[in-house]
Amino acid sequence: MIIVGAGPAGMRAAEALAAAGIRPTVIDEGQLSGGQIYRRQPVNFTRRYEALYGADAKKARALHKAFNALQGRIDYRPETLAWNLRDDVLHIVTDGVAAALRFDALILATGATDRLAPIAGWTLPGCYSLGGAQIALKAQACSIGARPLFLGTGPLLYLLAYQYLKAGAPPAAVLDTAPFAAQVKALPDLAVRPGFLARGLMFRARLRAAGILIENGVEPLAIEGEGKVAAVRYRTAGGTERRIACDAVGMGFHLRSETQLADLAGCPFLFDAATGQWRPDADRDGRTPRAGIYVAGDGARLLGADAAEAAGRLAALAALTDRGMEVDMAEVARLRRRMERLDRFRRGLATAFPWPARLACAVADEVIVCRCEAITAGNIREAAVGKDAPELNRAKALSRIGMGRCQGRFCSSAAAEILAEARNVPLAEVGRLRGQAPIKPLSMATVKGERP
Amino acid sequence: MQADIIIVGGGIMGASAAFFLRRRGKSVILLERGLVGQQASGVNFGNVRRQGRYLQQLPLANRSRAIWDRLPELIGEDCEFVASGHLRVCYTREQADKMEAYSQDARDYGLDLEMLSSNALRARFPYLGRETIAGCYDPSGGHANPRLTAPAIGRAARRAGADVREEAEVVGIAKAGDDFVVEVKGQGELRAPMLLITAGAWGGKLSALFGEPVPLAVHGPQMTVTEPLPYRIAPTIGVSTPHLHETVYFRQVKRGNIICGGFARGPASNETNRATVLPEAILGQMEQLRRVMPGFANVSTIRSWSGIESYLPDDVPIMGPSATTPGLYYAFGFCGAGFQIGPGVGDVMAELIATGATTTPIAQYGISRFASLAP
Amino acid sequence: MAEISMSAGRFRRLGETDRPSVEIEVDGEQVVALEGDSLLVAVLASGRTLRRSEFGDGDRSGFCLMGACQDCWMWTAEGGRVRACTTPVRAGLRLITQAMSEDLWPIPA
Repeated sequence: MIIVGAGPAGMRAAEALAAAGIRPTVIDEGQLSGGQIYRRQPVNFTRRYEALYGADAKKARALHKAFNALQGRIDYRPETLAWNLRDDVLHIVTDGVAAALRFDALILATGATDRLAPIAGWTLPGCYSLGGAQIALKAQACSIGARPLFLGTGPLLYLLAYQYLKAGAPPAAVLDTAPFAAQVKALPDLAVRPGFLARGLMFRARLRAAGILIENGVEPLAIEGEGKVAAVRYRTAGGTERRIACDAVGMGFHLRSETQLADLAGCPFLFDAATGQWRPDADRDGRTPRAGIYVAGDGARLLGADAAEAAGRLAALAALTDRGMEVDMAEVARLRRRMERLDRFRRGLATAFPWPARLACAVADEVIVCRCEAITAGNIREAAVGKDAPELNRAKALSRIGMGRCQGRFCSSAAAEILAEARNVPLAEVGRLRGQAPIKPLSMATVKGERP
Repeated sequence: MQADIIIVGGGIMGASAAFFLRRRGKSVILLERGLVGQQASGVNFGNVRRQGRYLQQLPLANRSRAIWDRLPELIGEDCEFVASGHLRVCYTREQADKMEAYSQDARDYGLDLEMLSSNALRARFPYLGRETIAGCYDPSGGHANPRLTAPAIGRAARRAGADVREEAEVVGIAKAGDDFVVEVKGQGELRAPMLLITAGAWGGKLSALFGEPVPLAVHGPQMTVTEPLPYRIAPTIGVSTPHLHETVYFRQVKRGNIICGGFARGPASNETNRATVLPEAILGQMEQLRRVMPGFANVSTIRSWSGIESYLPDDVPIMGPSATTPGLYYAFGFCGAGFQIGPGVGDVMAELIATGATTTPIAQYGISRFASLAP
Repeated sequence: MAEISMSAGRFRRLGETDRPSVEIEVDGEQVVALEGDSLLVAVLASGRTLRRSEFGDGDRSGFCLMGACQDCWMWTAEGGRVRACTTPVRAGLRLITQAMSEDLWPIPA
């Protein structure tokens, strides 16, 4: 059995498999286990868990400890990229040497990245994803600038602004594209996790107390500057245009799942209308219709780190069950209940921090949508209308959108909106970009190693 | 709905034929099950090369090459075609002799090639690997973007008055009197006295309907592309070798990415419409690419793709009139080498259909060579 | 020991500065980083950018920091490629933000 990803889902899946006497292989790109939320700092850094993870310090410590305890009982391969998958063989590369690993069961715990919509100027040096801005702080004890501005929507927007404030880099402003009313409307669903809700309100209160401007319902107009970020221009909910000076921007609109391996495995995908995203079809335990392939954590459904831990265990137990092994059904029932509750929370997040579809559609022709290949919104519209592309893969073939190094991770959400708008069809109709190996750049110096 | 000609299959052959038939004043309906140029025409390497084609095909390739130069004038865009040269290199003396002999013979067919000794090769293309001992250069060769080409020709055909129908799946073909009756899913029947089958890997199923089965095999090309790099490699470069695994080729587009292919053919199916790049083939291709171009060891591959190409056992396509059914024509089975000759094939088929004869010899491509397979 | 700057960079160091310094070279100039830095942090903390977009739209300085966006690939002076956000700094590394010279790509065989 193989697990891809050593974040909360992958770590808990490994623990459950090891407990059942199976020695899973755990493939992870990171140097250290932990994933993104519980990312560990380099070994020569000295900050304490409380400084790094705040209210989640206890969880982080427990998770790291649990995974460390698996040493010797799992085949853990850090700094290893799973670059391809075909016919129940996972293809990996470690330090330039490729290997092919045959599997009976594969648990994909591949996590998520920020979901992005382009804003004029977002390719300027000094502009980062919210997740990137958090990693700078957490893993490298750096801020992205002296006066960073955070922009977008989602729970990370406020958490990050608060973390920067606490670390001594108070943000220039927090600009939320979601209207405040949306967050009020989502309260009943968000109340499923009262602690989370309370913390969110606390972040806001602390930021305001520190005199930091928080605006809801903004329309970002441009990130300005010559060779570096100098200001953000936006329109307030009331319709006034404003400009705030800053030297860095962290931006993001909640998250998107990393689903490339599930795609290469041939898993069918479903369109989730609430978020406008596609996700691999799976039952409540993470079983996909493709035999032997399981998905868990934010790579399957965006439910956050707590749910990822539960989903990791659940997927492992499902894999064990499918192998004919006895599992504790009471635990399965408990985990399922937990997942159901957290799914309500996910709906709450989607309501509170909606993806700004309108912003993505309205992006001006000259704005770069695909950072990798510098493909503009106008290029996509030309493919959509002038060259009659009815869906994303055709638009990709004709415009190069999504053809770059990142494989569409950071442009496809917006590209789909632009295409659907240009074609005047519902978002689901333009489909999704098909995954293509290698799922990340693969050096041509790669040599073949062990055989399956 | 009636037209002079119905074309089944909207790849580069069908789209080009539709375009050139319109220029000859014929009314045309082009039926494409998916989107124009989506299958083999769109996924291939994009080589606009004459060098290395068997000599008897050069007249067709020459005719097509002339059209490539005229694309902007004919269809309003260049499809990223650049005549930046085509270079074949080899690793053995024996293969160098073969290239030399070919270059002598090709001259009689109007193709001027330049043999390059090891030193000349090194001087002109210093980045080539030490194992390459000779080259043969065609300054008139080059490459184009296959993803753009057939769709662009299809749009030009539409502008010229062809009835180009995408997502139009043919579910029945019959001959009724002088007309072919073609049933399109959800669109009813279309009629025309002439029918051209340019359905690539699906062409054999249609020819069999008229008692002309062919032994068509399908394979998928193993294509990869690198990250963008400073533009330094002008010509298309390929290894000339009798061994499939050594057969790799690459071209750099002006934007910087390098498109690569070869080493193996992958599995493909014209039933499931799926084709695969084998992970082993990607790694094997890298190994061979490093051999011909050591600098590749420093760059990354960022994407791979395949598609469904059709091959015939003699590596020769099927082109020309049906041997059983008057008014029926074929152009399919281009054996992974149809892109360069595509516009020429369309021009020749249009000439044949419109005038009953063609100035470019195509007798060698007749479907009757497989007549013994008929029931 | 060379001084490390706390304030001149694009990235600002907020702590963990009590680490041994490491010297690298960026576009031929000496840059002092700290052990445990990613290349991205090492270069950005020095005030430089990481790379120039291949398509003429200016300099880039990475984006996601988690190995997903691929917007931080740099060259080494030997012609190699490194992803700055996931590669730890190493003494003596010579980085190049832009591949101009033909000695870099493609290296003559």
